Amino acid sequence: MASNKKYWKNEAELNPNDSIVERLRQNEFVEQIPVDDFLGDKESLESSNTNRRDFLKYVGFSTAAASLAACEGPVVKSIPYVIAPENIVPGVASYYATTIANGFDFASILVKTREGRPIKIENNDRAKVGGASNARIQASVLSLYDSTRLQGPTSKGENVEWSDLDAAVKSKINALKGSGKQIALLTQTYASPSTSRLIAEFKAANENVNHVTYDAIAEDEALNAFEAKYGQRALADYDFEKADLIVSFGADFLSDWQGGGYSSGYSKGRVPKNGKMSRHVQFEANMSLTGANADKRVALTPSLQKIALGQLYSKLSGSAVKGELLGNMQTALDSVVAQIKRNPSKAVVVSGIDDANVQAIVLAINEMLGSQAFNPSQPRLVRQGNAKAVASLIGDMNAGKVGLLITDGVNPMFSLPNAAEFKSGLEKVDLSVAFSSNKNATTEATTFAAASNHYLESWGDVEIKKGHYSLIQPTISELFDTRQFQGALLNWMGSDKSYYDYITAIWSSSILGGSSWSQALQDGVFTAAASVADPVNVVSNADDKENEEAPVSTSIASAVSSLANSNADGMELVLYSKVGMGDGQQASNPWLQEFPDPITRVSWGNYVTVSKADAATLGLVNENVANGGLDGSYVKLTVNGVSLDNVPVIIQPGQAKGSVGLSLGYGKKVGMKAEMQTGVNAYALYQGMNNIQSVKIEKVAGMHEFACIQLHKTLMGRGDIIKETTLEIFNTKDHAEWNHVPVVSLDHQEVPATSVDLWDSFDRSIGHHFNMSIDLNACTGCGACVIACHAENNVPVVGKEEVRKSRDMHWLRIDRYYSSEESFADDNQKKNDFDGLTGEKGSLGGFGELEDPSANPQVAFQPVMCQHCNHAPCETVCPVAATSHGRQGQNQMAYNRCVGTRYCANNCPYKVRRFNWFLYNNNDEFDFHMNNDLGKMVVNPDVNVRSRGVIEKCSMCIQKTQKTILDAKRDGRLIKDGEFQTACSSACSNGAIVFGDINDKESTIAELKEDDRMYHLLEHVGTKPNVFYQVKVRNTNEA
Amino acid sequence: MKKVTYRDQVSKVLGISLIVFLLFSISVFAQADSAADTAGGDVKKGKALFNVNCAACHNLKRKSTGPNLYKVEERLAEDEGLDREWLYAWIKNSAGVIKTGDAYANKIYKEYNQTAMTAFPTLSNEDINNILAYTAAEPTTPPPPPGPEAEFNGTQQQGFSNELILGALALVFGILVFMLVSVNKSLKQVMKVNGVEVEDDGKKLPIWKAFAKNQFLVLISVIFLLLTSAYFAYGWMMQVDVNKGYAPIQPIHYSHKIHAGDNKIECKYCHSSARKSKHSGIPSLNVCMNCHKSIAEYSGTPGVAPLKEDLAKGYTNEFYSAQIDSLYSAVGWDKINQKYTGESRPVEWVRIHNLPDFVYFNHSQHVEVGGIECQTCHGPVEEMEIMEQFSPLTMGWCINCHRETNVQVKDNPYYEKIHAELSKKYGVENLTAAQMGGLECGKCHY
Repeated sequence: MASNKKYWKNEAELNPNDSIVERLRQNEFVEQIPVDDFLGDKESLESSNTNRRDFLKYVGFSTAAASLAACEGPVVKSIPYVIAPENIVPGVASYYATTIANGFDFASILVKTREGRPIKIENNDRAKVGGASNARIQASVLSLYDSTRLQGPTSKGENVEWSDLDAAVKSKINALKGSGKQIALLTQTYASPSTSRLIAEFKAANENVNHVTYDAIAEDEALNAFEAKYGQRALADYDFEKADLIVSFGADFLSDWQGGGYSSGYSKGRVPKNGKMSRHVQFEANMSLTGANADKRVALTPSLQKIALGQLYSKLSGSAVKGELLGNMQTALDSVVAQIKRNPSKAVVVSGIDDANVQAIVLAINEMLGSQAFNPSQPRLVRQGNAKAVASLIGDMNAGKVGLLITDGVNPMFSLPNAAEFKSGLEKVDLSVAFSSNKNATTEATTFAAASNHYLESWGDVEIKKGHYSLIQPTISELFDTRQFQGALLNWMGSDKSYYDYITAIWSSSILGGSSWSQALQDGVFTAAASVADPVNVVSNADDKENEEAPVSTSIASAVSSLANSNADGMELVLYSKVGMGDGQQASNPWLQEFPDPITRVSWGNYVTVSKADAATLGLVNENVANGGLDGSYVKLTVNGVSLDNVPVIIQPGQAKGSVGLSLGYGKKVGMKAEMQTGVNAYALYQGMNNIQSVKIEKVAGMHEFACIQLHKTLMGRGDIIKETTLEIFNTKDHAEWNHVPVVSLDHQEVPATSVDLWDSFDRSIGHHFNMSIDLNACTGCGACVIACHAENNVPVVGKEEVRKSRDMHWLRIDRYYSSEESFADDNQKKNDFDGLTGEKGSLGGFGELEDPSANPQVAFQPVMCQHCNHAPCETVCPVAATSHGRQGQNQMAYNRCVGTRYCANNCPYKVRRFNWFLYNNNDEFDFHMNNDLGKMVVNPDVNVRSRGVIEKCSMCIQKTQKTILDAKRDGRLIKDGEFQTACSSACSNGAIVFGDINDKESTIAELKEDDRMYHLLEHVGTKPNVFYQVKVRNTNEA
Repeated sequence: MKKVTYRDQVSKVLGISLIVFLLFSISVFAQADSAADTAGGDVKKGKALFNVNCAACHNLKRKSTGPNLYKVEERLAEDEGLDREWLYAWIKNSAGVIKTGDAYANKIYKEYNQTAMTAFPTLSNEDINNILAYTAAEPTTPPPPPGPEAEFNGTQQQGFSNELILGALALVFGILVFMLVSVNKSLKQVMKVNGVEVEDDGKKLPIWKAFAKNQFLVLISVIFLLLTSAYFAYGWMMQVDVNKGYAPIQPIHYSHKIHAGDNKIECKYCHSSARKSKHSGIPSLNVCMNCHKSIAEYSGTPGVAPLKEDLAKGYTNEFYSAQIDSLYSAVGWDKINQKYTGESRPVEWVRIHNLPDFVYFNHSQHVEVGGIECQTCHGPVEEMEIMEQFSPLTMGWCINCHRETNVQVKDNPYYEKIHAELSKKYGVENLTAAQMGGLECGKCHY
């Protein structure tokens, strides 16, 4: 049936005589197409004899030629050694024990090398001290292959020869003889017996040598207090494993406080054993990693912390109590006092406040308690800087008293608050030489930039703790024309010895005491057998103590009274260091830049943390924008007239009202690629090298775009994701109560979810079956595992823009959750109490409230990687069977088979699958280490580098498990417990991640699987994961 | 961080190199069996003793690790005035002679980099007489290989006979065709003569037109054609980048046939890392020098005449010796002065077996644990003059082998439990690699 309906687009069409309609009907394009514009010069176009047909012919021909050429396989060359080194078998890794001692991080480590290239850092478990690595140490192997390294000595940007530099320095040293001018050495903390000896010899050989040790992030007051009390410039050693009660006043001892390395001892004490675990109370301003792990965290500004500490001393010593605290803070302190008094020797008090009185009182309290965790007799030597000496050196420089300045391992032009003063002083120095592995602000300003070795190319020794020695040995020969400072110093002293010879001589004469050098070198560590301390020093110390007993106590009294009077005018700024950046010397390391901060989960930059209340008064906001990114206001920070503009703001739950926090180490510009120049330089505000400053804060215009990995902050009362309980309940009640297995309905009966299954199970009782246990009590959230995974599995770096779009590639993430109420238990209670949609207990408003973290929340960390589900939802939806299950329990991913539908990622309840949106290697858009030949040397040859368009995820380090199995097969033996490791489990010095074969019934993992605390993530989904967690237990015992 | 010297390597493999050297030396120093007794010794016995005891370090005419020994006694007597007694003492215990301060002993010791000669206390004076007789005898060159011409004629004969058969066949076919044509012609003529009218079949459609009109037939044949072409296209596609038979020209013409075949050197002597690593490893040049320090020239395989095909391709003794020279120039070995010059340049071999990056293959797993012969995958390497890829190296090929090959569980405690349990489960006596889990994706792709 034909219809006479007419369709019209416009009213004008109804008029049959409309000329415009007619014209539009006739002409395809309303206007002439501007061909001239894009074909350019018409004349030359006409004169050219390439017509359209020719053009098509050429296109056709070249396409055909290109595809034909592609048919021919490339010729691959294979070049063997001419003379193969005896110890290198291509394809087999060798491990060397060495030590990192870069002035900020000190640890004994093992370095995995393949074909002579260091590719991975492991913990050295033979080391009793400093055997734990953190995220920065794990990442330091990449800094070796930094393409922005200094590749030879330079002078004012021009390349020079070492001989020129030597000649200049030697002639200057000679010229300075008798001139009265100083030869100044401004160096990092070495804690090295050989370097100390060498510098002493240099001092003896030349007059007027002034050696100043400078720590970018100083522990000056702690060092002064220790020196005043014990006569040595060192830091007391603490063993948190031995403490039942840990009280910290602003000490972030799980990250970098006093040199760090305390977390493994702490974690050991945190795992409930025989119904006991340590209790940790933290008084602090910033939400630190340590505070996040505390059983009780009291948010206090630094000035209130001082008052609290003063009170603590008074109450413990029974003297008059001065100063006032607010009600609940007072009760918190009082309960701490009561708990300490119950068992004084099992308690320990620490503080990270840079204040002479505070540090003196802390030492006095620990001494008074007789704390077993406190060890001043074998102190740590990892910080030796002297702020006063640095200041006087700058004074001398400006007064023209310094003839020659040599710096090593420090970057004062970047990290000094008074860098301008240093610069003007430097201009008055006749000759200056800066040893540095990278170009930086200091090497720019000095006469010579002496390219120095990376620690993996150097020889050295370290005494991390008195009597505990470690050796630094090179794991690769110098990549560039570089020299280490000690070698250069030997050369300038006219010695023809190498620094290696020098160290062996020192060790055989005064350290080894007859033990084997080779053994020490192989172990990487050496502990002096007999009496450790220098007998002379011990005697004098003892004398000192007797003599000073009286004056010390009087000075403590005055210290306490001065603490009681602490007050702050205005906002207090607490400067801190992040576990991912430290003092900033590895700022050009893309792994560390992309490493999300454990607390804020922000990568690529620093920010000022502000409490919610202060943000409201200042009008500062954080908001999530449409593309999912986090934006934050900008502020201007002013300290004593020095200001930092455009500092982005993060509103930090748990930040003490009246205080703000800002991390050091960011904001480096010189010698850095543009992408790496992130954040603001907080050192400008680090006045007097004190981490606490009084600050003026003003809002400025604009919004900052953060690259934040986790936007949702709370658990929304879902207690089944991170199960937790209190020590009391844990000890007294059945595990069914605090580790409740979710129930589902089967035939209208409530049955445990674990008993219901959609699928038939495979028999996994034969062979290996890998499982991983993650103990939420031992995990501090430090993130060493994240970087270890990065290094082991060739995980690409994607850059700030991509992270902001939630395209981060980390195979292992550490989720951080805040409670919305006072505690997670209250959150759960609140959710359970929801009644109806609206009203006081309505879920509509209630869930909205639950999204907001509390002002001082409980915090929980949860590392999440692929859970290797036995009944994996991802496997069933892959259209090309690219992901499948192995008998050993691993969920396998065949990258070459993946076509990138991302169904698996959508179907994964744990959201652990990562998609390669781009080609991240050999791509100028991602100019990180995988875009240059040098950076690619860190790539693990046993793991594929993924291409664009495929999904990747945690493989449970199948390359490592397969290697362990093969080694055993080749040796014809069974595999011992502990041999199976993944990158994360071996990096975790806290013992939070344990990996192994549950079919080995004797193994730790099999035992952990049967533990009462064991639970699976999202158990009710029925995925039957091979990763399980241990319920977090909090010691909430207040009495 | 030990510094490696080639000398360490030499001492390690001295035993093997000795054996290898002997295999060569038989031909290098081949002498007429009927050599007469010279200076009170049996040349034949002397040759045997020389080859067993001396040849690792001494050559008759050329300086090697030790001096050349041709007419050594005569030369010593003339130049140094040393008699046979001195030689007895020296050979039995050279270090002792050096200690006595003997001038010539110390001189020669220093000349050869202070490398002490191995003491041979087990050699009797008579043995030494025999050896000296051998060194004094005029070495005879090995009999020339059978003239290439004669052999060439032989094969020509063979070729000729083939051609003859082919020619005869062609002739037969030619005659047949001729006969058919002439029969047809004569039949037609007969018809014409007899006036028989051949029926006009003009109405009949030609067969191809009939075919074209039958749509069903056309459809069937199109489907058939498409299927066949798809089959062949698939087959062709699947061989893209399968480089079976890839035999590139290498910078040094290294003959596996001579080394592994004629001289029976164990594969893993050179490719030693196949035992413990994922790579079989291309031997570093110092491994070559373990033997080639003493073997400076090629003189054929004893008792085997070179094949004429090889000679035709230019594989003469001189050609092979030139390859040894290019090894020397690569490793930086001065063969005249018997020392390293220190100027080396690595050899850029062309890699033959290329697995894609996304495949993990471990040689030690197969060679050491699995006990698989190298030849299983690499083919008869000992017969390959030019090394080539023998297997397709496709996934199907790997998988197939995993399905068919049993795991070597014997005397390996690792497998004890798992084998007992798994074989019970599968009800088999011997487990295949596939049953062991060798077909899982993640075992080779990570």
